[in-house]
Amino acid sequence: MSSAAIIRKKPNFVSTTNACKLCTPLGASLAFRGVEGAIPFLHGSQGCATYMRRYIISHFREPVDIASSALGEKQAIYGGGPNLKKGILNVMKKYEPALVGIATTCLTETIGDDVPRALLEFKNEFGDLDLPETVYVNTPSYSGTHMDGWHGAVRSLVTQLCTGKTPDNGRVNILPSLVSCEDVRHLFDICRDFGIKATILPDISETLDGPALEDYVRIPTGGTPISEIKEMSGARATIEFGRCMPPQSGGTSLEDRFGVPNHRIGLPMGLRESDRFFETLEDVSGTPMPRRYELERGRLVDAYVDGHKYIFGKRAVVYGEEDLVVGLTAFLSEIGVDVVLAGTGARRKGLSEAIARVTDGVARIAPEVREGVDFHDIAAEAGTLAPDLLVGHSKGYRYAKEWNVPLVRVGFPIHDRFGGQRTPTLGYKGALTLFDRVVNAVLEKKQSDSPIGYGYL
Amino acid sequence: MTETTTILEERKDQIHLTGQGAIDIACNRESLAGAVSQRACVFCGSRVVLYPIADALHLVHGPIGCAVYTWDIRGSLSSGPMLHRLSFSTDLQETDVIFGGEKKLEAALIELIDRHHPNAAFVYSTCIVGIIGDDVEAVCRRVGEQKGIPVLPVQSEGFKGNKRAGYEAACKAMFKLVGTGDVGDVPPVSVNILGDFNLAGEIWIIRDYLERMGVQVVANITGDGRVADIRRCHGAALNLVQCSGATMELAKMMEEQYGTPFERVSYLGIEDMAESLYKVADFFKDKDPGIVERTQKLVKEELERLMPELARYRKDLEGKKVAMYVGGSFKAFSLVKAFRHLGMKVVMVGSQTGTKEDYAELEQITDPGTVIIDDANPLELSHFIKEKDVDVFVGGVKERPIAYKLGVGFCDHNHERKEALEGFVGMLNFAREIHSSAMSPVWRFAPRRANRIAAEKKEAVNE
Repeated sequence: MSSAAIIRKKPNFVSTTNACKLCTPLGASLAFRGVEGAIPFLHGSQGCATYMRRYIISHFREPVDIASSALGEKQAIYGGGPNLKKGILNVMKKYEPALVGIATTCLTETIGDDVPRALLEFKNEFGDLDLPETVYVNTPSYSGTHMDGWHGAVRSLVTQLCTGKTPDNGRVNILPSLVSCEDVRHLFDICRDFGIKATILPDISETLDGPALEDYVRIPTGGTPISEIKEMSGARATIEFGRCMPPQSGGTSLEDRFGVPNHRIGLPMGLRESDRFFETLEDVSGTPMPRRYELERGRLVDAYVDGHKYIFGKRAVVYGEEDLVVGLTAFLSEIGVDVVLAGTGARRKGLSEAIARVTDGVARIAPEVREGVDFHDIAAEAGTLAPDLLVGHSKGYRYAKEWNVPLVRVGFPIHDRFGGQRTPTLGYKGALTLFDRVVNAVLEKKQSDSPIGYGYL
Repeated sequence: MTETTTILEERKDQIHLTGQGAIDIACNRESLAGAVSQRACVFCGSRVVLYPIADALHLVHGPIGCAVYTWDIRGSLSSGPMLHRLSFSTDLQETDVIFGGEKKLEAALIELIDRHHPNAAFVYSTCIVGIIGDDVEAVCRRVGEQKGIPVLPVQSEGFKGNKRAGYEAACKAMFKLVGTGDVGDVPPVSVNILGDFNLAGEIWIIRDYLERMGVQVVANITGDGRVADIRRCHGAALNLVQCSGATMELAKMMEEQYGTPFERVSYLGIEDMAESLYKVADFFKDKDPGIVERTQKLVKEELERLMPELARYRKDLEGKKVAMYVGGSFKAFSLVKAFRHLGMKVVMVGSQTGTKEDYAELEQITDPGTVIIDDANPLELSHFIKEKDVDVFVGGVKERPIAYKLGVGFCDHNHERKEALEGFVGMLNFAREIHSSAMSPVWRFAPRRANRIAAEKKEAVNE
């Protein structure tokens, strides 16, 4: 297939039903959470922090503290600056953070609070104290989705902490996007095997998936060290995952300001997108692919062959974050699954182009690509889509149930299954896990629908 | 961690120890900036109260977050329509913020009403609506007239107070429905159930008890709720108000305008459940002399079934220590008593929205040394869990990971529970839930316990 994906005119509903996106500050909070010693801080009313904590906790099953400036009616009228400062002081007292990651909300964006100015004043007023680093990002929830919040926070961390050119340190920066904690651990392993010292920003592998503890810690251990972020300008390269990322990102900031070459590639999901990642690592490190990954790749191809017949021509609806959708579509199309719809709640992300590129040469049909969808839009076409399976986060469950098709749960959030934070998706190993799960979902459905009760499949 | 770093200076008067001086807890204040509060916002309060009304449209007017984080989060069951389980939003974008969201709201309302044919619509204002100044009331009035259903604005801008203010806003919105339905066929022995949200089907348990007593339920407010029932609920002879005051405002308004008396009740635990039913029987005994006897018979039957089974759990649980942090303190009263039946000791009680009177009552019913806390945060909770060496923590979904990190059993007694905990049968479910939390072998592997067990073993060897 060579033609670009077609965008059919989508039904133009005014209202949104069962959204397929989350709000901007949530993504920023998650990203800040992956910095060592950091506490996310929402500048807005109290409810935002509490709702997001609840939402994040239900996925990661970890304590997630998000502070709030808890604006009331008075501050909404006279400005939230004083509450922001007071809030940071309180957080300092209680958490002794190394970094406070401040994300705005729709309330403070609309009343026009000047956060950088308030932070400057704060530093002047309390310069005698041992102040934590402060990083802020503008995340009005009426603009963009949680992924914009995530990428914005990463860029803010890079631009506000890494302000000078440091001597070459030979490290490689990896900006992995929102992937599972297990995925981040896997990335560290891969880099180690290539002999690469990696700065992964953010690193949620421990901060959102920690061990059982004897004593409650105010801020969990792990996360990208602040000292490493400050030295990202000395790295030999940056690799950032995402074909649908904003033009200005953490990686481009380092490239533009310090000449650190930025390699923007897709999330390494499936064989071909993983190949691109490993090729990039070979290029950057000058080290050939370690045998371990050659074997992993070989096993993946072997599995693709063994399992191809079970899934060929199955029709899949894929939804979620724009880059996850691209990665999943790349993977599904190369194993012979027909992606009939690839949808995201985000808008103007270049999803069609990205999908066209990753399905080129493997997909038999051009996936229907939709930006700005909600589940009502997707459901409105269930009849013509006639999916055999859904692939995405757990909010698609009610539709999978309604249509009596399996849901392969990938991404964030997974609220109705156990272990979502540990689901591998990246690299050959992640692809193999995904492949097993997709094949087994199809087999399970076939087995349970059949009156015969096949013992061999 | 020392006391001074754990408890922020300004929070000290929101914590009290039973038996230590006069209780004077400062509550219902705004959450402190920078503290990680478990509290939510006005919108949250309104949303939880109204959301179980299953045949109404619930449209959240604002950016996407508020709608998406409240999508079907509670297990409020419906015996019929399920409209409440969908998440509707106007998903305001930047241009709407600049030019105003009224047009979009109106179009969204019309679109959704035409699509779903609800019996009423609630429109929730979020923070931003309060700032950009949309005239939500005017839009609601217009669309209501056009579509011929009540379209009710809920003034729930998040920053305009706390959850309690949201409860009030919800009650005010509902009150506009009350009195608009025909009460011709409402019998004299009838009640409304207020403040039960039918989590895991709990309101059906209570309705069953009331029906066996000969009492008809006019309206569920709001679990498994219906618009038509609420419209005629002023015909009921009595309002039963459960928990936290989420619907107290409505009861008070109904008393004032329609003269409907109310009783505060609780369906949690044995005493409170029985006492609640007896209160109802007592209220109606002049109209229906047989009701007291029927109620006694019901309670006796239920207890005969419950008590032997409860005893089995009590054997294991005797002496174990409990901490709880719940939304409303009225629930805490019932839980304190319920734990007595299990032989367990309550060492900490906290609430998000308790009043001064509530805390005074808590002090009355708890043992000396029990920590009483208003609007706690994770550090404080974890501090007391550790200090009091708690076996089981009762709370909501946000507290679960704290308990689990410290290797403490946990019981979800908040709105996300999937087990019915009300009624006599609920007490048994509760015991089972607590039992499976406290008695699991996994706690011994948690560092806190593993290290203690190792230390004890070492001591035994030395002796």
